[in-house]
Amino acid sequence: MRGITKRFPGVVANEQVDFEALQGEIHALLGENGAGKSTLSNILTGLYRPDEGEILVNGQPVAFRSPRDAIAAGIGMVHQHFRLAASFTVAENLVLGHRDAADRGFLLEPSVIEGRVTELARRYRMPVDPGARVWQLSVGEQQRVEVLKTLYRGARILILDEPTSLLTPQESENLFETLRLMAAEGRTVIFISHKLEEVMAVSRRVTVLRRGKVIGTVPTTETNPRELARMMVGRDVVFTQKKQGPARAEREVILDLLGVSALGDLGTFALRDVSLTVHAGEIVGVAGVAGNGQRELAEVITGMRRPTAGSVVVAGRPVRPGDPLTAIRRGVSHVPEDRMGTGVAPSLSIADNLVLKAYRRAPISTQGFLHAGRIRTNAIELMRRFNIAAPGPQTPTRLLSGGNVQKVLLARELSSRPRILVAASPTRGLDVAATDSVRALLLEAAAAGVGILLISEDLDEILALADRVAVLYRGHIMGVVERQNARVEELGLMMAGAA
Amino acid sequence: MIRIERRLTEARWLLVAVPVGSLIGAVILSSVILLATGHDPLGTWQRLLDRGFLSEGALSATLVQATPLLLTGLAAAAAFRMQTWNIGAEGQLYLGAVGASGAGIALGSQPAALVIPAMVLAGLVTGAAWAAIPGVLRAVFRTNEIITSLMLNYVAGLLITYLIFDSQSYWRELSTFTSRVFPQGKYLSAAAGWPSVQIAGIAIPFGFLLGMVAAASLWLLYRSTRFGFEARVIGDSRAAAHYAGIRTRRKIVAVMALSGAFAGLGGAAEIGDFRHVLDPRGLQQASFGYAGIVVAALARLNPFAVILVAVLLGGLSNGGFSLQGADFPAGLVGTLQGLILFCALAGELLVRYRVRVQRPRRSPVHPADVATVRPA
Repeated sequence: MRGITKRFPGVVANEQVDFEALQGEIHALLGENGAGKSTLSNILTGLYRPDEGEILVNGQPVAFRSPRDAIAAGIGMVHQHFRLAASFTVAENLVLGHRDAADRGFLLEPSVIEGRVTELARRYRMPVDPGARVWQLSVGEQQRVEVLKTLYRGARILILDEPTSLLTPQESENLFETLRLMAAEGRTVIFISHKLEEVMAVSRRVTVLRRGKVIGTVPTTETNPRELARMMVGRDVVFTQKKQGPARAEREVILDLLGVSALGDLGTFALRDVSLTVHAGEIVGVAGVAGNGQRELAEVITGMRRPTAGSVVVAGRPVRPGDPLTAIRRGVSHVPEDRMGTGVAPSLSIADNLVLKAYRRAPISTQGFLHAGRIRTNAIELMRRFNIAAPGPQTPTRLLSGGNVQKVLLARELSSRPRILVAASPTRGLDVAATDSVRALLLEAAAAGVGILLISEDLDEILALADRVAVLYRGHIMGVVERQNARVEELGLMMAGAA
Repeated sequence: MIRIERRLTEARWLLVAVPVGSLIGAVILSSVILLATGHDPLGTWQRLLDRGFLSEGALSATLVQATPLLLTGLAAAAAFRMQTWNIGAEGQLYLGAVGASGAGIALGSQPAALVIPAMVLAGLVTGAAWAAIPGVLRAVFRTNEIITSLMLNYVAGLLITYLIFDSQSYWRELSTFTSRVFPQGKYLSAAAGWPSVQIAGIAIPFGFLLGMVAAASLWLLYRSTRFGFEARVIGDSRAAAHYAGIRTRRKIVAVMALSGAFAGLGGAAEIGDFRHVLDPRGLQQASFGYAGIVVAALARLNPFAVILVAVLLGGLSNGGFSLQGADFPAGLVGTLQGLILFCALAGELLVRYRVRVQRPRRSPVHPADVATVRPA
C-alpha cells in the first residue's frame, strides 16, 4: 500500500501511509485506539475506498470496488466482532456468499463441504465440528470458524483485527501456532493489535501507526517492548502499579455478595451462586473472558438488574434488589462497561452529566428546581480537578474523546464520596495516557478507603491494580487468589473453566 | 459526485437562512402551479397575506385558528422532547372538548368566573386522562405508544360522533323538534364564552393567552426543574436514565399526561373561544392534532418557536379559507399549503446535513458513482 490517505468529516484517519507485507510473513500492525489501524485494514479489504494512494497485490495495482473484489484478490479478514450467521452450521457459514466448484447450481452438498472443512481444520490444527451450529460454539471456536472461512475462500493474505481480545491466554497461544503454520506455507498474515507482548511473540516485523501516520517498520528481533511502546505513544511509558495493599483483616467489609444468581438478557442464568466480598480500600479484580457474567455482576450490585436469588449487602445493609436509586443512596458508584449511552447521556452537556446523580439533592436542586449556576460551578471545579479537556462545561459529552468521557464518569462517580465503586472495563479503548490517569484515579480512590470491584478482561490490568483476583466463568466464581500468589497460567486455566 | 454529509456542527446562521430559503422555494414552486392553473400568482399571494395577517380583523381570526395549533404543537413538543411519541393529540383534543363543553353545560347558569376555570380544568383533565392510557400501556406492557395513541384517535372520533349523533347524551340538544331530527350539540350559555383581550386593536383570544402561558411553563419545566432534567436524560438515553436511578416508567406516564393536558386544553379553547358547542364534524375536519405534530417539528420542539409557527400556520389556513371560491377550488388551497409545509420540512435536512459536490480526482481508485450518506 503506497501513500494511502483517508479522510472522514473532521479527521484524517490515514495520512500518506506506506505499508508492505511480504509473502510468508507475520506482520504486526501496532497502534493505539484511533491510530488508524482499522481504517487501513478496511481499505485493504475493500470496505472503504482511499482518498489517495494505491494498493498493489503481488506487484499489480488493484482497485477494490467492494469487499468481493478484495476476496477475489486473495485477501481475507477476521473481524474483531465476528460476522457469522448464528443459526447456520459451521460448514454453511463457510460457503455463505461464496461460489466455487463444490456448489452445483442451486443445491448445496453438505458432505462435500464438510469433508473439505474437516481437512482444512486438521491441516491448521483448528479442531471444529463442521456440522455444529455456530451459536453452540464458544467464542474461541467461533474465531476458528472465521479463520477457516477466509482459508476456505482461498485467502493468501489474512488480516486479523485484535484477534486475542476475546481469548484466554491458552487459546491465544493456539491461535499463534495456527498463524505460524499458515505463514510457513507462504501465506501472509497481518496481525492488528495494541498488545506489545503478543506482537513480540508472534510477528516477524512490526509497523507502528500513530495518529494516522506510519512511525516506522522494524524487525521484531531488533526491537523490544519498551521501544515499541515509545513509538506507539510518542514518549516513554511507565504504568502505574499498585503498591502493597493495606492489611485487610482490620478493614470493614464494604460489599458482601451472598449466593447471588441472576438471569442474563436472553433469560438464561448469567450468574450462579456468586459470593464475594470487598473490603474498604481494597481492589478486587474480576477476571474472565468477555460474556461470562461480568456485565450482569456489575448490574446486580448497582441495582440495575434484579437477582433471582441471594443478596447484596453494602456496608452492612442489604440493598433493595433491582433498584438503582437505593444503591446510589447507599454509596454504590458505577463505571459501566458501556460508557457512552449508559454511563453518560451523550447529547447532554458535560455539566449536566456531572450532576446525573446529584441533581436530586441540595445544593444542585431545591424544591424541584435546578440551580444552573451551581451546576456550572460544580462542572468547572470537577473539570479542573480531573483534568477533563473540553471547550467548556456546556459542550455535549458525545463530542469528547473516550478518555475524557471516562474522566467525566469517574469525576462524577468519585466526587459523590462512594463506599464502593464497581468499575467495568474502565480503560478499554483508551489511549495510553488516559489509561494511566484512569488507573491512578482508581488507586487514589482505594487509598482513600473506597472499596473497588474492578471487572476487566485485561488480565494485565487486573494484575497491576488488584489486591485479590476472582475469576468468573459461565457465571461461577472459579476461585479467588491473592495477587502475589497469582500466576497467569493458573488464572488462564480458570478463565477457561478448567480448575 | 454528490455526497450528503452530516454536519459536524449546526451553524447558527443556517437556523435562520434555511427557513427563509425554504419559504422562497415554496413561493416559487407554488407560483408555477398557480400559473399552470391560470391564476395570477402575485395577486394570490397578496390576497393570502392580506386575509391571513394584514387586513382589518385578519390577525384576530388567525389567532383563533392558531390557538388549538399552538396547544397541540406544545403537546407534541412536550412528549417528543423525551422521545415519547404521542401521536394522539387529535383524540386528546376531542376529549378536552368533551370535558370542557360538559363543564360549560353543567355550570351554564353560573357566572363566567366560575364556568371558565371549570372548562379549562375539565379540558386539561380529560385530555391528560386520555393520553395516560397509552402512557400506562407503554410503561407497564411496553406497547408502542405511537400505535396505541394513534388508534385512540379513532376511538375518540367515534366517541364524539356517538355523543351527538347516535345517542341521547348529555351533550346533545334535544329540546326542539328540528334538533331531534337533525342532531346537534347543546350551545353553551354566554357566560361560558371565553373573553378576548384587546391589545393594539387585535383581539387576542383567552385560549391563546393560556397557550402562551403553557409555552412558557413548558420551557421552564424542561430548562430548570428536576422533572425536566429527568425527562431530558430519558429522551437522550433510556439506559443512562435507568443507570442514574430515574424512575422511567412513572415519567413516561407523567409526560404523556402532560402532553395530553395541553391537547385537551386546545380542545377546551376551541369550544370556549370559537365553537361554543360540541361539534364532531367541525373538530374532525380541522384535524388540529395532526397539524400540531408539524408545528412542533417546524419549531424544532422549542416552545416559543411553537407560538410563532402556530400563528404562521393559523394565518395560512385562515387566509386559505378566503381564497376559496368559484374560481379557486379548495384542492388548490390545500396544494399551496402542502407545498409550503413540504419545503419547510425539507429545508430541515439542510440544517443537519450538507451537500457537497466533488469533482472526481485522478486516482487508480474508481470514483463512487452513487451518492453516499455517511453519518459521522
